[in-house]
Amino acid sequence: MARYIGFHRPNRPLALYAGAFAVFLYLPILFIPLFSFNAGVYVKFPLEGFTLAWYADLFQREPLQRAFWNSVQVAAVVSLSSTVLAVPAAMAIARYRMPGKRAAVSFIMLPLVLPGLILGVALLTVLNGLGVRLSLVTVALGHMVICLPYAISVLLPRFIGFSRSLEEASADLGESPWWTFLRVTLPCNMPGVLACLLMTFTISFDEFFMAFFLSGTEPTLPMYIWSQLRFPQDFPSLLALSTLILVASFAMVFASLKLGRVGLAPAGERR
Amino acid sequence: MISLRNVCKSFGRMQVVNDVSLEIAAGEFFSLLGASGSGKTTLLRMIAGFEAVTSGQILIDGQPMQDTPPHLRPINMVFQNYAIFPHLTVRDNIAYGLRRLGTPKAEQARMVDAMLELIALPGYGDRRAHQLSGGQMQRVALARALILKPKLLLLDEPLGALDKQLREQMQIELRSLQRQLGITFVLVTHDQEEALTLSDRVAVMANGQVIQVDTPSGLYDRPKTRQVAAFVGTMNFFDATVRTDGSARIADVAGLGVMTLNGSGQGRTDGERVLVALRPEGLGLSRTKPEGPAYAVAGQLQARQYLGGRQLLHVQVAGRAAPVTVAAGAARGEDPWSGDEGSPVWLTWAPDAVTILDPT
Repeated sequence: MARYIGFHRPNRPLALYAGAFAVFLYLPILFIPLFSFNAGVYVKFPLEGFTLAWYADLFQREPLQRAFWNSVQVAAVVSLSSTVLAVPAAMAIARYRMPGKRAAVSFIMLPLVLPGLILGVALLTVLNGLGVRLSLVTVALGHMVICLPYAISVLLPRFIGFSRSLEEASADLGESPWWTFLRVTLPCNMPGVLACLLMTFTISFDEFFMAFFLSGTEPTLPMYIWSQLRFPQDFPSLLALSTLILVASFAMVFASLKLGRVGLAPAGERR
Repeated sequence: MISLRNVCKSFGRMQVVNDVSLEIAAGEFFSLLGASGSGKTTLLRMIAGFEAVTSGQILIDGQPMQDTPPHLRPINMVFQNYAIFPHLTVRDNIAYGLRRLGTPKAEQARMVDAMLELIALPGYGDRRAHQLSGGQMQRVALARALILKPKLLLLDEPLGALDKQLREQMQIELRSLQRQLGITFVLVTHDQEEALTLSDRVAVMANGQVIQVDTPSGLYDRPKTRQVAAFVGTMNFFDATVRTDGSARIADVAGLGVMTLNGSGQGRTDGERVLVALRPEGLGLSRTKPEGPAYAVAGQLQARQYLGGRQLLHVQVAGRAAPVTVAAGAARGEDPWSGDEGSPVWLTWAPDAVTILDPT
């Protein structure tokens, strides 16, 4: 007799579909680390033996290191400044009722769906019109446009879930709004803020379109990779570099998602 | 100490607090009693400064408060959910308000120790909020407010989340703490027993208005409206008509007959419809027709609620739809009306037990 195993029985076709989906999404990416350890110059099977030479080669390339530090600098500035801007924005969205709030939020979130190409061209046109010289600063500006909506969407659930009575208690105990923010609001939401920093750092570090349009003579790392694609003999080194970026990005996004959920359980579940 | 003058509060079109005027004296334990939605919490939050007053004035020690933000008011509050800072230890929670006062670290530590002693939680200083029970969090919230030596402490349903036994214990502790420190306490509660137990005076609120301010015994014995009478304790209500019989002012009550009106019935005119209110304790019950009292009505014991030290007896009287509730004490080891449901009884009452109210 068939046993009824309930509503939550495993769904085999769905599991298969999910598996196929994951393979399609990530298998191509897996080729990158695979060939980065391959001794041959060309990306083709069969593999020609294991080597770390391509990784060692990365440390010989002075322009690459310059590009790397450019990217780190831009990402650091962008993640800090977009988080600093996003915290008050997310707080305001979470708390206050104001006319046109929905429209304003949609407007802030718009860069998420705008093609980077169009945003890049648009920003380039404006900056040229204003006579601003392209540099890492303009790249950072472009990255902030992209990072702000991400930052807000990471922070918003934190501030919506944050009980205002803690801030009222702080005010009641004599602390001004600014000190209340520093002593209660910020530390209680630190996991969200850290998640936001990691997320925006990763996005800026990997970003290509804005950098392509807005960088001057100093390339960021993705720009450098793009410029080296023309030289087949450099390709395995780029694979090695991409592998490192991939690992670091995965780690940071993973950490950010993990952090973003710390302490987000509903109040009833906590006690 | 604190004066409320014609205080009103509206949220949009909703009028939540309507023309409340109160004077609360220094050192008083004052309660705002009302059902949820009566405006009591909003009133408390206006005193604390978390809500702006729509119109009217709040004065503390004669100082108008409308332009003073919460953090500058000489008030501390115990929140309904305690609002213990989750990222700080118990010690740091209690010492929180001392930073702004610039109290030296050593002095802070000494004061926190004294507070932990006062709330009977020494040794709990290094715990965090999630390691405390509801009653312990309540005490920490109290200590965190009291360490600042406020002149006025506001308490928003501070015992609401505790179970019955702990709540009664905390009531006693709160009352003796208030006596000991001499601080003015303003308590918000929906629990009439709590309000009566703790307070020097109680303001009963309904629909955003204060309907009576009195001492606990005043509220119980001399309620001014039906609402107050029904909210505080159990009460029998009878519709009646006033008339004059010789020199005495009397009321006709359907099923119970004639009642002589005492003090509270004076000033009523003949033919006026009134509400006669009688506490269950004001009525008596006997198996045989009593000799003494002038008032006695035959009825039938319909149901019995045994409550330990006392019991409530529900008596059906001919000509009345609802049964009359009578309280009876019980001596130890006795259960006088056990098994008497359905038997005939006589209801008696003393004329001075009657309260006359307006019919609505």
